[in-house]
Amino acid sequence: MSGFHTNSKVIGWVEQRLPIFSFLHHSAVEYPTPKNLNYWWNFGSLAGFQLVVMILSGIFLAANYTAHTSLAFDSVERIMRDVNYGWFMRYLHANGASMFFLLVYTHMLRGLYYGSYKAPRELLWWLGVVIYLCMMGTAFMGYVLPWGQMSFWGATVITNLFSAFPVVGKFIVTWLWGGFAVDNPTLNRFYAFHYLLPFVIYALMVVHLWALHTVKSNNPLGIDVKTPQDTIPFHPYFTIKDLFGIGVFLMIYMAFVFWAPNFFGEPDNYIKANPMVTPPHIVPEWYFLPFYAILRAFTMDLWIIPAKLQGVVAMFSAIIVLLFLPWLDTSKVRSAAFRPIYKQLFWVFVADCVVLGYCGGKPPEGNLVMIGQLATAYYFLHFLVILPIVGKIEKTRPLPASISSAVLKPMEKA
Amino acid sequence: MAEPASHAQPGGDGQTRRDFLLQATTAVGVVGTCLSLWPFIDSMNPAADTLALSTTDVDLSSVKVGQSITVVWQGKPVFVRHRTPDEIAAAAKDDGETMRDPQKDADRVKKAEWLVLIGVCTHLGCIPGGQKPGDSRGDFGGWMCPCHGSHYDTSGRIRKGPAPANLAVPPYTFTSASTIRIG
Ligand code: HEM
Ligand code: FES
Repeated sequence: MSGFHTNSKVIGWVEQRLPIFSFLHHSAVEYPTPKNLNYWWNFGSLAGFQLVVMILSGIFLAANYTAHTSLAFDSVERIMRDVNYGWFMRYLHANGASMFFLLVYTHMLRGLYYGSYKAPRELLWWLGVVIYLCMMGTAFMGYVLPWGQMSFWGATVITNLFSAFPVVGKFIVTWLWGGFAVDNPTLNRFYAFHYLLPFVIYALMVVHLWALHTVKSNNPLGIDVKTPQDTIPFHPYFTIKDLFGIGVFLMIYMAFVFWAPNFFGEPDNYIKANPMVTPPHIVPEWYFLPFYAILRAFTMDLWIIPAKLQGVVAMFSAIIVLLFLPWLDTSKVRSAAFRPIYKQLFWVFVADCVVLGYCGGKPPEGNLVMIGQLATAYYFLHFLVILPIVGKIEKTRPLPASISSAVLKPMEKA
Repeated sequence: MAEPASHAQPGGDGQTRRDFLLQATTAVGVVGTCLSLWPFIDSMNPAADTLALSTTDVDLSSVKVGQSITVVWQGKPVFVRHRTPDEIAAAAKDDGETMRDPQKDADRVKKAEWLVLIGVCTHLGCIPGGQKPGDSRGDFGGWMCPCHGSHYDTSGRIRKGPAPANLAVPPYTFTSASTIRIG
């Protein structure tokens, strides 16, 4: 924290009592950042920005929203029609959730490609996975709040997943509902937790950044920072780059908000929830589709394990497996740039997730059942079999001596 | 801070009374904290007024043979079908078939012509179709769930698709020849 000086008496006075200025200087100004970061490194700050947008728009929605089964749907319609800029708050929030997942998925894939989960960043990666789980919970409960048909039936299907667990399953579901079906008690508690969880995410993000600033950023070469020549200070180089990223992101985000606000939405959710009528085709939001496909991939009972339980366990395992990734990937080399086989497998994995997402969005009929099953098998094969083996047998390309030598080489040639 | 040796319990390999008190207090504190979580957890279980909604009376006199009605019990749909003799015969005939959740038709009804079921698919909770005249009743003439394609027979037993169990029979009693009380 040596780099902080001030001539201001006021700042000095505060600093002696609470070293907040030197802390900010240390972590947002002089933080040594690898000089070779590419644009994939923008997505962390973008996700942080989006979390703030979600909290802001959410609080202003909450000011006009009523969490009661008989009023919720109408209160959202009132927000859309009567509240000044209510439509804007709601479209910011609804499309914002999709954007948030888009950013976080990109952020996570960046980590997969450049091996950012490997030592010494395992805890950083874990915190990310926990944030992702909380996001899923938050988004799931948020989607229930407008109390449309998809809200209601999505909530019914997903909470019913827990009934798959033997013996305790039924009690868990009743407990989650606070009744014998998704009803007013369910809506109320979902609202309470939907309000709470983003702030938990916020706290987790602070710890995530704390871990980051302890182990420092990875970079596209995946090699350690060796000398001060390898880094540049965060400010102004990355403050400006992150701001630029936010500008580009806002153009895309606002294009949806203003010109295609219901692009990610389901028409059925503009029909008020009716516990007596199931819509013909229940689909979750797009960001849950790959997991929905994994859930449905299990169609046969094995011994005493019913298909439904297999699907539920597989769906949760699909996320839990990420926690083991730092040890499942046995390669010492982080970046896919130097791993010719993994580099291709990475894209196969991305394609596999897209296929899963496609299957999850369609009714499980015909070939799609089998395709979904194969894609599910591959998802787990990738983590549990392929990564451990490839890490051992792959011949990696030679790593550059340092970040600065790799950065300067193309310039010498020119 | 090391305790003077003289404070050690005789034969207690260096364990002091203070260590014991500390461990005992910690144990009580941990158990107490865990127990105090219970009110928070239990507050999420169904409340008294939710439980109080737990019976529904149904008048069957206007339901003709072959008709079905859907009533609400505990926020859930309950199917009441006035079965035709053919449907009853079909259900009884299939008693011997291999099923995922084997049950005799006679064990699922109080009076053979009245089939009373909780209209919630045992897979993931959608409402199976088959109540309205235009609905598809699936391959076994009972109900079919639109969500993931579970087929139920004329006794509400699961015959095809992902659902693990038969449509549940709610607790009910005939309060007169033509009325039932569910719950
Ligand atoms: C991690 C951040 C958040 C995510 C991912 C998220 C996600 C969602 C989603 C998907 C919906 C349904 C949108 C729709 O289709 O209408 C929703 C609704 C809602 N959220 Fe959030 N939310 C977040 C934070 C918050 C916060 C912090 C609050 C309040 C302080 C809030 C309050 C609301 C309210 C009142 C609604 C109902 C109004 C509506 O449906 O538009 N949200 N949220
Ligand atoms: S909920 Fe009925 S088949 Fe899945």
